Amino acid sequence: MAAAFKKLSVHVLKHNNVEALIGTAVRANSTWWSNVEMGPPDVILGITEAYRKDTSPKKVNLGVGAYRDDEGKPYILPSVRKAEDIIHKKALNHEYAPIGGEAAYCDAVAKLAFGEDSPVFKNKSNCTVQTLSGTGALRLGLEFITKHYAKTKEIWMPAPTWGNHPQICNTLNLPHKKYRYFDPKTNGFDLQGALEDISKIPEGSIILLHACAHNPTGVDPKQNEWMQLSQVIKDRKLFPFFDMAYQGFATGDVDNDAFAIRHFVKDGHQVMLAQSFAKNMGLYGERAGALTFLCGDSDSAAKVMSQVKIMIRTMYSNPPLHGARLVLEILANPELKKQCFAHADIESFIWKELAVNPYFIPTFDSSSGTVPDFDPDLTLGSELSLFSIPVQVLEINSDMRNINVTKVLADVKHMADRIISMRKGLRSGIEGAGNPHQWQHITDQIGMFCFTGLKPDQVEKLTKDFHIYLTKDGRISVAGISSKNVDYVAEAIHKVTS
Amino acid sequence: MVSRCDGVEQGPPIEVFALNRKCTEDSCPNKVNLGVGAYRDEAGKPWVLPVVRKVEKQMAADDTLLHEYLPVLGLEQFSNASVSMLLGQDNPAISEGRAFGVQTLSGTGALRVGAEFLNKHLGYTTFYYSNPTWENHHLVFVNSGFTTPCQYRYWDDKTRSINIEGLLEDLRNAPENAVIILHACAHNPTGIDPTQEQWQKIADIMEERKLFPFFDSAYQGFASGDLDKDAWAVRYFVKRGFELVCAQSYAKNFGLYNERVGNLALVLSNSKPVAAVKSQVTWIVRGMYSNPPAHGARVVATVLNSPQLFDEWKDHIMAMSSRIFEMREALRAELIKLNTPGNWDHIVKQIGMFSYTGLTPRQVEHLIQEHHIYLLRSGRINICGLNTSNVVYVAKAINDAITKFPQE
Repeated sequence: MAAAFKKLSVHVLKHNNVEALIGTAVRANSTWWSNVEMGPPDVILGITEAYRKDTSPKKVNLGVGAYRDDEGKPYILPSVRKAEDIIHKKALNHEYAPIGGEAAYCDAVAKLAFGEDSPVFKNKSNCTVQTLSGTGALRLGLEFITKHYAKTKEIWMPAPTWGNHPQICNTLNLPHKKYRYFDPKTNGFDLQGALEDISKIPEGSIILLHACAHNPTGVDPKQNEWMQLSQVIKDRKLFPFFDMAYQGFATGDVDNDAFAIRHFVKDGHQVMLAQSFAKNMGLYGERAGALTFLCGDSDSAAKVMSQVKIMIRTMYSNPPLHGARLVLEILANPELKKQCFAHADIESFIWKELAVNPYFIPTFDSSSGTVPDFDPDLTLGSELSLFSIPVQVLEINSDMRNINVTKVLADVKHMADRIISMRKGLRSGIEGAGNPHQWQHITDQIGMFCFTGLKPDQVEKLTKDFHIYLTKDGRISVAGISSKNVDYVAEAIHKVTS
Repeated sequence: MVSRCDGVEQGPPIEVFALNRKCTEDSCPNKVNLGVGAYRDEAGKPWVLPVVRKVEKQMAADDTLLHEYLPVLGLEQFSNASVSMLLGQDNPAISEGRAFGVQTLSGTGALRVGAEFLNKHLGYTTFYYSNPTWENHHLVFVNSGFTTPCQYRYWDDKTRSINIEGLLEDLRNAPENAVIILHACAHNPTGIDPTQEQWQKIADIMEERKLFPFFDSAYQGFASGDLDKDAWAVRYFVKRGFELVCAQSYAKNFGLYNERVGNLALVLSNSKPVAAVKSQVTWIVRGMYSNPPAHGARVVATVLNSPQLFDEWKDHIMAMSSRIFEMREALRAELIKLNTPGNWDHIVKQIGMFSYTGLTPRQVEHLIQEHHIYLLRSGRINICGLNTSNVVYVAKAINDAITKFPQE
């Protein structure tokens, strides 16, 4: 009895609430739940709450991890809208999906990640299942490791990493450690530190890697750095588990963003991959994702599949189809796929030069195709097709021979480009104010997030004095920046760091 | 080529899905699928409820609808409406702030999240499930950390009804804090539910032995056609003062099988621990899938919160449950007409989608191999798979199986 009350008083004192104290003491014997402790509050939610309560008209929310357009609104991808129309007209039923999701979906998303012609598909050695977005894939993959992995069940993650990575491990009682990743001195990638730490990881351990657009730092290794990482990981016989939540969203090019994964495959690694379509297709709440095991041969893949299905069955039986159907529609429909992902880097097209010099090399990266004939009826905003990429006329100079066009951007490129341009605007805003510090990392980093390098006290000032909300570690969501607030944010960052 | 996965053993196939696959691959035109638990209409086809189509059409036309993340605990309009539907909107537990819901991945997800919470935060390790029960119950709880699975007697083969004395005795021997899985209505797989009097006796013992009720409600409305009737047992336990949880599924009663719409309803004795419980369930969800899928929950929330759409839906569940009842009558009538040995009253006494026919594994095998009629080894059939075109065929086949392979 005394022990029970002691435990009770510890529980109550934690909460500092007199009412609860009295209530708890009276309740203790009559409820099942009195020993339940209040769980720690979610940091990001706390920031969103505080932002919402703030009445300042200048307030800016740089905590949100979802894309926002230049008006600060959620963005429905045009390709997704079209897919929704198509799916709706198909009037499909709602019968149970297979436990691992529909085969067509699994095929399509695996091909998107590994490349259409990847050798992993030739011998059907991949086991791919639909999951509850990225979190679901991570949970399934890590739980599979606890049950079936024969080697060292230790998860190594980059320092820092997404907050939920260690949490999922804790839930599964999986030990986890960190390898050096982010260099606070340069606000960039600590290659030497990473290589050193990784070369000491116990053989057979699992190493978690962010495929692109590292969360929370935005710092990605360069291609030659990925190659070095692949080598040392191979030398240590580690098991690479990739988390890819931003394919296409990082550079606007799905193949670019999948470089690391594909290089590792080429290098002989049998990776595990968690994919999410929350950000790159804006399907956040529909929970579309996938988990892939590369098993080396089709027999092993079949065995793994049989075990994964049992785990899925005991978690939620079979996956929700609405989001997956949209993803599949886009991936399987060439027009929609192009609209969503088509990559080309047309920045401007100088027509005048082509008219006088047929050997002129245009200033864009083109694949193949023909140049359309010069059209004297072109006006601003006209749409035409260049190398089968839809473009829009941006600027016409007076002699009608010099035209700048902008691509009617593929949906993901549109998002990625807006982010990139906000990075540029933020950096030039701070530098333009004459700030003495280094701000190159803002444009070096990639994806939704940016590790500004701001210290906790500076962050506090940003929030208190300028009503700008971000996490204590100095991470900002670039998606929260728009042409309307970029100057304000730049000025504020300049002020708190001067 | 050497693989990390070389040591992974082949997992056993899940019977109902393996059966379904076999049936799909069967080219015989007379085949009948009485396996998987999904509703079928008179033509043997899946049925998308008209009210669901209507709402989905509205949603498709609504340009303001977004795909943003739902809160971790799901759409509040959805879970509030679910709890009201389960407990009755005037239930004092609701107004007292001690009953709340968490959106989950259909019924399975609710069972999993509930079991994880009970194990990780209340420290419960023993659970009881009926013999027989839905085949997934056991592993859901074991994978949630429960270490001691036990069965309570339920189906009596000889009388084809509930072995109530055995049930009560088993519960009487259960340790304090054991979690008891109870089917709210339309017991899967037997279709036999306790009478109100039997529920009272169960409650008496559970109260005395301090056992924890975990209801599984996958058929509210679908069973009798009446939402309140099908929730009687849960509401009775709440009235008796029990704290309990209930896993609710909208797979069958809304036909939203593949959108994974469910709710975990929790009823506490008072409202003070609610915030703490919610915060811990939040972390369980965060570590499993972060937040639930939006589409299906939106459809259900829209219907439950609109009086007109709600009435339309009630008509649909009445239609489904009526057709099932008619098929039960028809099957029994045919079996009697054929002078099939045995008593077939249990078929109409049972309720819901399933019937425990009492057929033996050998008889089941014969039905599958010779007659292309697919059902589980346990003798469970899905009544929804029957219609006026095939009920005679099925009755004849059952007659044939029993005649050729009589029960020893």
